[in-house]
Amino acid sequence: MSSAAVHPFTVEPDPAVALTRPPVVVVDPVAVRRQRRRRLLVNVIRLLVLGVTLGGWELGVRTGHIDAFFVGQPSGVASQLKTWAQHGTEVGPLWTQVRVTLQEALTGFAIGVVAGIVAGITLGRVRLLAEVFGPFIKVLNSIPRIVLGSIFILWFGLGPSSKVALAVVLVFFAVFFNAFQGTREVDRNLVANARILGAKRRHVTMQVVLPSALTWIIASLHVSFGFALIGAIVGEFLGAQQGLGLLISHSQGTFNPNGVLAAMVIIAVVALLAEGAISLLERRLLSWRPPQLSGADL
Amino acid sequence: MDAIDLDGVTKAFRTPHGTYTALHDLNLSVPASEFCAIVGPTGCGKSTTLSLVSGLERPSVGHVRVGGQPVDGISSEVGFVFQNDAVLPWKTVLDNVSAGPRWRGASKREAVQQARDWLLRVGLAGFEDRHPHQLSGGMRKRVALAQSLINEPRVLLMDEPFSALDVQTRSIMSNELLRLWDLTKPTVLFVTHDLEEAIALADRVVVMTAGPATVKDIFTIDLPRPRSVQEIRFTPQFVELYHEIWQSLRSEVELTYTRSMTALEVV
Ligand SMILES: Nc1ncnc2c1ncn2[C@@H]1O[C@H](COP(=O)(O)OP(=O)(O)OP(=O)(O)O)[C@@H](O)[C@H]1O
Ligand SMILES: [Mg+2]
Repeated sequence: MSSAAVHPFTVEPDPAVALTRPPVVVVDPVAVRRQRRRRLLVNVIRLLVLGVTLGGWELGVRTGHIDAFFVGQPSGVASQLKTWAQHGTEVGPLWTQVRVTLQEALTGFAIGVVAGIVAGITLGRVRLLAEVFGPFIKVLNSIPRIVLGSIFILWFGLGPSSKVALAVVLVFFAVFFNAFQGTREVDRNLVANARILGAKRRHVTMQVVLPSALTWIIASLHVSFGFALIGAIVGEFLGAQQGLGLLISHSQGTFNPNGVLAAMVIIAVVALLAEGAISLLERRLLSWRPPQLSGADL
Repeated sequence: MDAIDLDGVTKAFRTPHGTYTALHDLNLSVPASEFCAIVGPTGCGKSTTLSLVSGLERPSVGHVRVGGQPVDGISSEVGFVFQNDAVLPWKTVLDNVSAGPRWRGASKREAVQQARDWLLRVGLAGFEDRHPHQLSGGMRKRVALAQSLINEPRVLLMDEPFSALDVQTRSIMSNELLRLWDLTKPTVLFVTHDLEEAIALADRVVVMTAGPATVKDIFTIDLPRPRSVQEIRFTPQFVELYHEIWQSLRSEVELTYTRSMTALEVV
């Protein structure tokens, strides 16, 4: 949360205080300049690290120290992306592949998240259900679920449904365990207070337990979207007519490491965008929380 | 008929090392509309007593009655201001205060209107849209107070409601409480560590023994009302009562202290 990290000498106008009196703004120009210079330094070093890595790789290939046939090369990846964008890929237009994978991942993500939240909170609230289903869920969670992908292809065919199903299964457990734990950790004092004030069971669930568990649930969303992407891509890998996973397996089949890497770059961009969207959602849903303490690394 | 009646109540908790008896054979009756204060050494069982009256806990032995009815779960007649902060951090001040009426079936308009009235009464008008973390500790306590009082409970349980406040805010809040109490005259069971506060507010002060708690003494406070808690403590009658009750409380406090020291030595 870099935006919340305010230097101790900078008192930002607090909307709460602004109601009653003008905000006190104390800015230490020296500290601000020092902070800006530091951020610049960090970014310059980052660029250097990236440049040296990619440049070294490229150079290694060109001087013959690295075999481009096996590991590809940065310029090859770039031109591969360009070719795909301009002339389409071997399995169809690039945009279609991205859209198909994204659709599968998002659908699986949405279904898995909703199912995980509902199941987690229900089992967290109803002790009997938790006791009955606890062992089953543990067993299901302990098997490597990625293997289910093969079964789903047998069940649902080569279309998107088998990929969605795999994404759902991967997302569900991540969200479920967090929702369950979040429900169990709810402050008993808050529940007692709400009940005395007149809250019925469903009020407690929706207005006390759910918001309290949301901190946990949202934490799980960050990893779950990654799982949804993995589910979609592995599913496509196992058998599909379209999608980035198919593109990867096609590139693999034609000994084209640049193609595999180019697909990876696209997936990374998608994942980063999703991560940004989830962080935005987090900030909106959890706006009631006190801001993190500002200051240097503790 | 008494508003609150605890009859031969024993409460034991299960702990990792067997059972712990928090209350032992406690008898206490509080007539309707009385302001009753409970004092006792720390950990003796005051909060436990309130949780039994509220229906959050059940007695192991004995009977608890509110308004003549045996307590069987949470009653809509009871309000409870908790020792720890219990306002919902994700709701605004207005939503926190209007929650009670909403949950009890009032329309949104009605509930919000009532909540605004109560926020005015506790001096929080203008803070409707803030979240609890944007308030001071004293303001949060006032939200909790408004939240409970808006339901107009016939029985109001208060567990050290002002202990987190500074001395000045505390006496202001105490006067406020007496004024609000006068409006609807609920029966109040008020737990405090502060003997002065207990005497200044209450009709009767109950002294509890060191745990397992039982009633040691009950003192009637026949100071005239309306009272001003700042001024009343300088009257000779107050000083005399204070001295008398402290004599009773002191030995229990000392006993608790000695116990905790010997417990340390054992460790
Ligand atoms: N749920 C519980 N399980 C086990 N022991 C408990 C439980 N609740 C309370 N106790 C024990 O019962 C005793 C009385 O607790 P209680 O909270 O009623 O004390 P108190 O008089 O309110 O103390 P304080 O003045 O410090 O708030 C304590 O020794 C406490 O450890
Ligand atoms: Mg207590």
